[in-house]
Amino acid sequence: MDHVKEALAVIVGEEHVSTEPEELYIYSYDLGTTEPRRPDYAVAPRTTEEVRRIVELANQEKIPIVPLGGGLSLAGLAVPLQGGIALDLKRMDTIIEVSEKARYAVVECGVSQGQLTAYLEKNHPNLMHSEPGAPPQATIAGNVAIHGQGDLAQPYGFNSDMVNGLEVVLPTGEVCKFGSCAVGANWYTQHPLPDVGLFLGWAGTTGIITKVSLKLYPRKKIQGVGQFVVEDEELIPEIIYRITHTEAAHDVVAFSQAIPPFASGLHHITINLSADSEKELDFKMELIFDDTLGEYIRSGDGGFLGFNRGLQRPQISKTADWRKGGGFEYVGAIMPVETYPQCYRRGREISERHDIPYTVLGRVIGMSHAMMFSWTYAFNRADLETIRQAREALHETDDLALELGGTIWKPGIYGQKLVLERIDPNTLKLMKKVKQLLDPNGIMNPGNWEVS
Amino acid sequence: MTLTSYKYADTIHRCFRCGYCKFPTNWADVNNCPAYARFRMETYSCGGRLWLIRAWLSNEIEWTDHLAKIMYTCTACKNCEEKCPLRFNVDIMNMITAVKGEMVERGLIPSQVKDFLENIQRQGNPYGKARAKRGEWTEGIEIPKYKGQDFLYYVGCVGSYDTRAQETARTLGKVLTKAGVSFGVLGGEENCDGNEVNALGEETLFEMMAEENVTQFKELGVQKIVTLSPHSYNTFKNDYPLHDGNFEVFHYTQALRDLIQGERLDVSRGLNTRVAYHDPCFLGRWNGEYDAPRMILNAIPGIELVELEKNRAGALCCGGGGGNFYTDFLGGSESSPARIRAREAYDTGANILAVACPNCMTMLEDAVKAEGLEDKIDVKDISEIVVEATGIA
Repeated sequence: MDHVKEALAVIVGEEHVSTEPEELYIYSYDLGTTEPRRPDYAVAPRTTEEVRRIVELANQEKIPIVPLGGGLSLAGLAVPLQGGIALDLKRMDTIIEVSEKARYAVVECGVSQGQLTAYLEKNHPNLMHSEPGAPPQATIAGNVAIHGQGDLAQPYGFNSDMVNGLEVVLPTGEVCKFGSCAVGANWYTQHPLPDVGLFLGWAGTTGIITKVSLKLYPRKKIQGVGQFVVEDEELIPEIIYRITHTEAAHDVVAFSQAIPPFASGLHHITINLSADSEKELDFKMELIFDDTLGEYIRSGDGGFLGFNRGLQRPQISKTADWRKGGGFEYVGAIMPVETYPQCYRRGREISERHDIPYTVLGRVIGMSHAMMFSWTYAFNRADLETIRQAREALHETDDLALELGGTIWKPGIYGQKLVLERIDPNTLKLMKKVKQLLDPNGIMNPGNWEVS
Repeated sequence: MTLTSYKYADTIHRCFRCGYCKFPTNWADVNNCPAYARFRMETYSCGGRLWLIRAWLSNEIEWTDHLAKIMYTCTACKNCEEKCPLRFNVDIMNMITAVKGEMVERGLIPSQVKDFLENIQRQGNPYGKARAKRGEWTEGIEIPKYKGQDFLYYVGCVGSYDTRAQETARTLGKVLTKAGVSFGVLGGEENCDGNEVNALGEETLFEMMAEENVTQFKELGVQKIVTLSPHSYNTFKNDYPLHDGNFEVFHYTQALRDLIQGERLDVSRGLNTRVAYHDPCFLGRWNGEYDAPRMILNAIPGIELVELEKNRAGALCCGGGGGNFYTDFLGGSESSPARIRAREAYDTGANILAVACPNCMTMLEDAVKAEGLEDKIDVKDISEIVVEATGIA
């Protein structure tokens, strides 16, 4: 056994460190089109103290560490580009605290979205968190680390805006707390201490988030989804503006896709509503579908497809089977809502040029402040040509997002390069200083956000 | 191995590895894949397995002992098929069994699996105990030999040889007798049903065993079978018809339910206790029978039936399926699925963890002891609960 493996085994136990080809193979892959790169070690710690000791060891040995949550970023952000330790954090899965009255949850970094949803449904039925459109294995910490969004994005913004506090193992091994918890208080607020937001959006290049305090929100007794459809994509920005003006919805998503063919070219808007009583639900339904969207129905420009009670868990992974090929990847970008028509048209062109059924979607963030627009490209994992096509389409879409005035969300290496080429030089200089200060040995997820 | 020899070469790449396969129905944790719960490395999840099979097929990785172990930690619990949202999900178990078959054919199986299969071939049971001792479980009680009665009571390997499971086999015999059921057993003439042999990928041996059993059953005039084990129930019901063995098959909980509902079994004496029921995979997920055991327990006055948080199609496997009750790849840890399940049962506040499978019985009783919970919760077979409720001595 090599001495690093031996040292890792002392820290996490022999069963939780592997250099076997099978583990190295699996942890070398992202689920999207990113080329695999093998780690040297796969390690699954259970505690913050174990993470701290692993980071110390990695510094001594100058070995890269790549933290991994649910592994669902689909942008290759957890592929160990320069080898080293693939750090699977999913064993750290304790829900430490839920404060009913102050509406927050403190969780370890491996807690999944599905786990928190189930826990709240059982123990705190009046509370919910903003669950992203990812499979339930996506972790809370991984999602805030990449500025994810969820089904409460319309009223409350990015999930990373919902962070009350963090515990982070710094790249040099110190364990730091941020937010009210840093002064020994409860984990109820991130402000008003000096802002040290150095970890959200950095994709694990500035430290390993080990605990998160996340804001929770009222969960009403009745939940459901209303669907509205239009044919003219030019109407979407205006419709979204009007819906958000009502302040009555809690998730607004517009999408269009080639499959099934009869719906191709149509734009569906799903509007999640919640209410504590039939009276409240009736009021919101009337406000949105009669008062706000009624004129589109009367003019024949739009149609109300109905309201279904209950929320379904995201089924995004079904997209992977469209080519019966087990793969898809998407470019997500944070875009102005008014760009929806261009995003749709240009994205559809890219898909069709690469012979991929088009899928586009815009989730509203805030009161129409922005949308996360995604262009999804399915591929067949067994057909290298389709992977190449998808990769090309993704790169073209990264270019498109910036051309249309957007910002790429959780970019992969290609998109990061585009962003860094355009970023304000002084901002880049500051990022370099931050990175050099925090991670002098350059061990944290190297290859990603390479500013040094 | 070549792509052409693997039946699922054209579909195995369709796994996206989204991770649904790890969850129970209520999404409470990612531990509902027993092997993933035990090791918590992606390789041990269903998706990890499918990706590794594909990597082996395409020569991206070579066969190793570790690869074989990863495949054989699969307990065939079918949680993955239940949870996978993609259309190819109906073939997931077949894909894993097929790769085990390839390993069997090429002699690339772990030593524990080899022992299991060799013991079956030599002695007709996985333990390697003498074939002649198969009927010893009947000693001390009056159990009729099968001679054309209405039902063949088929006990299986675990019920025939495992000391604790033998008790349940005897108890069920008493209950059937008390209810006046016309039945008989094969005793020392009984052979292994082969369900686990099939799950371990030894298809040829399984076919031989199935054909021998079918021949024997037919020669004896068997038409109806009641099984102690859901594993036997599964293979008699679903696999034997492919070998010309068309019998009317019942799991014993279905038979007891009918006897109670038909007022042939009087459970009115009752039992004042709190019971949590653990769904066996080969009764539940494999065959959709969730209600019969619950109907029995609900019919007994005084029993408060509580549900484990993960139940029915979302139940956590005991970790004993796919031969793991013998190979024990998942044992030896607080994270062993049986120990997790024992803790979950204790959390319900139940006094009794009810099981309907001899494999689950042995796995969970050991787990309760390993957790130090033996003074707090008893593991009992449903037949044992019924005996108490009927007052049979």
